[in-house]
Amino acid sequence: MSNTKFKNPVVKWIDHRLPVFSFMDHELNHYPTPKNLNYFWNFGSLAGFALVTMIVTGIVLSMNYTAHVDYAFDSVERIMRDVNHGWLIRYIHMNGASFFFIVVYIHIFRGLYYGSYKAPRELLWILGVLILLLMMATAFMGYVLPWGQMSFWGATVITNLFSALPLVGESIVTWLWGGFSVDNSTLNRFFSLHFVLPFVIVGVVILHLVALHRFGSNNPIGIDIKGTQDTVPFSPYYTIKDLFGLSVFLSFFAAAVFFFPNFMGHPDNYIEANPMVTPAHIVPEWYFLPFYAILRAIPDKLGGVLFMFGAIAVLFVLPWLDRSSVRSSQFRPVYKIFFWILLLDCILLGYLGAMPAEGIYVILSRVATAYYFFHFLILFPLLPYIEKTKPLPISISEPILGGGSTASAFAMREKK
Amino acid sequence: MPKNSKSKKNNDGKRDFLIISTYAMAGIGAASVAWPLIDQMNPAADTLALASTEVDLSSLEEGQSITVTWRGKPVFVRHRTPEEIKLAKEVSLDEMRHPETDEERVSNEKFIVLVGVCTHLGCVPLGQKSGDVKGQYGGWFCPCHGSHYDHSGRIRKGPAPTNLEVPSYKFLSDNIIKIG
Repeated sequence: MSNTKFKNPVVKWIDHRLPVFSFMDHELNHYPTPKNLNYFWNFGSLAGFALVTMIVTGIVLSMNYTAHVDYAFDSVERIMRDVNHGWLIRYIHMNGASFFFIVVYIHIFRGLYYGSYKAPRELLWILGVLILLLMMATAFMGYVLPWGQMSFWGATVITNLFSALPLVGESIVTWLWGGFSVDNSTLNRFFSLHFVLPFVIVGVVILHLVALHRFGSNNPIGIDIKGTQDTVPFSPYYTIKDLFGLSVFLSFFAAAVFFFPNFMGHPDNYIEANPMVTPAHIVPEWYFLPFYAILRAIPDKLGGVLFMFGAIAVLFVLPWLDRSSVRSSQFRPVYKIFFWILLLDCILLGYLGAMPAEGIYVILSRVATAYYFFHFLILFPLLPYIEKTKPLPISISEPILGGGSTASAFAMREKK
Repeated sequence: MPKNSKSKKNNDGKRDFLIISTYAMAGIGAASVAWPLIDQMNPAADTLALASTEVDLSSLEEGQSITVTWRGKPVFVRHRTPEEIKLAKEVSLDEMRHPETDEERVSNEKFIVLVGVCTHLGCVPLGQKSGDVKGQYGGWFCPCHGSHYDHSGRIRKGPAPTNLEVPSYKFLSDNIIKIG
């Protein structure tokens, strides 16, 4: 490989021995990207940004945090009051978790709408679901660290999910706690895992990117790249677009951090953990609410837990559940409707998860849960046999450049 | 053509301006984000609030020393005997590495107040207890690398570069001092 592309002699010397600059030039600069990506393709890089923000603020917070039941709550209050800029760093970390989930959920629904999980991107999708699972574990354990009432009772309820397992359930819960209730040992191990899991996420994100760059991004019309006429280099086109999206994202993020920092939190978590008193109405953080609603919809302990984990498990096998060879919903008129129903269903589940488990809310939770599993387990495999899809364009260039074959589209580009 | 090249030249100037100002703004932005992350490692408000210590010297007899904690460090307070004061005052400054008169280092000559941290590499010198090794000059002796301090806490022999630090303190009354 020639490395004449670098003028700087130091860069050239290093690159000849350690081709990191060639690698970055290839993957971040020339990397051919479909030219028709819309703004929904910004959310991957936004998720990456959120991950880095969480790691940086998290490392800084850990320098001021004490993982001990007697000191944890006070050390967080000290961060808020005494540590220089501590309030800012903690509010960024707290709201960063919520924004990370917002971004990732949009990223996932983007994938669902445009069929980004279909061959040859199955592993890319599976790695993404794995990242979601790791994020959930990390977020849950992070929420325990401030040792407020919600931290404590959230930890108690979630760890007790495992007690639903037959035979080994109780032993597993005791093992998770390191005792007979959520206590100091639990707090210590959660702190340790909350620190290390983000770096595991970084590792899986790298695999996610390697898998992504194997075939490149999917695109709004969901057909493969036919040649260079269908792509633009990643830089400057998508670096600038990603940066613009980032600045919009940061405007919302800064608004939350500076003006509504506790909007997505729960006031009870500013009361120190008390193992003797459960708050009247305990709810998980908003990003777990749909899953929490599924848990409560099933009138059986083990069943509820299995359905809740099943809601994520179906995502792992989605590439094989969906039998349609057409990726983008733009060409699937029936699936498109069901996509929006699924989105509304998930939002409804989120709402129901926040409501008390009684009366109409329980019935609605059951209907919404039933639809969720119907969508994944019945609709995805069977719909393609009934649905008549619209004709696909010949190439990515065709709909943009207004008709003609790839060759003529290419010719038009050349003439310019 | 000339018109074209002129406008191109103008455009280049504008472009340079845009690029430089973009980088400058990005630099300012990055620095503003970095600062809170760096500054959080500086002493927090509650740490700064503990920055002074009051000591009651009324029970400290002649020839006795006490060690108090100030900002997490030991502070030596010694009630010196008349002989010690005499020795500290009469010694010639010529032979010292860090010449300071005893008057410069005390506000009441009976009491010497010193930060008990060797100026070499931060160990705590011996000499506070009656049985301690006090070094060749009778004051304090640092066991780590062998620095000898005199009755005024001045470095007389060994690797330490400067005298033991005198913290800022004042007498609130005859017997109470406030350090810091």
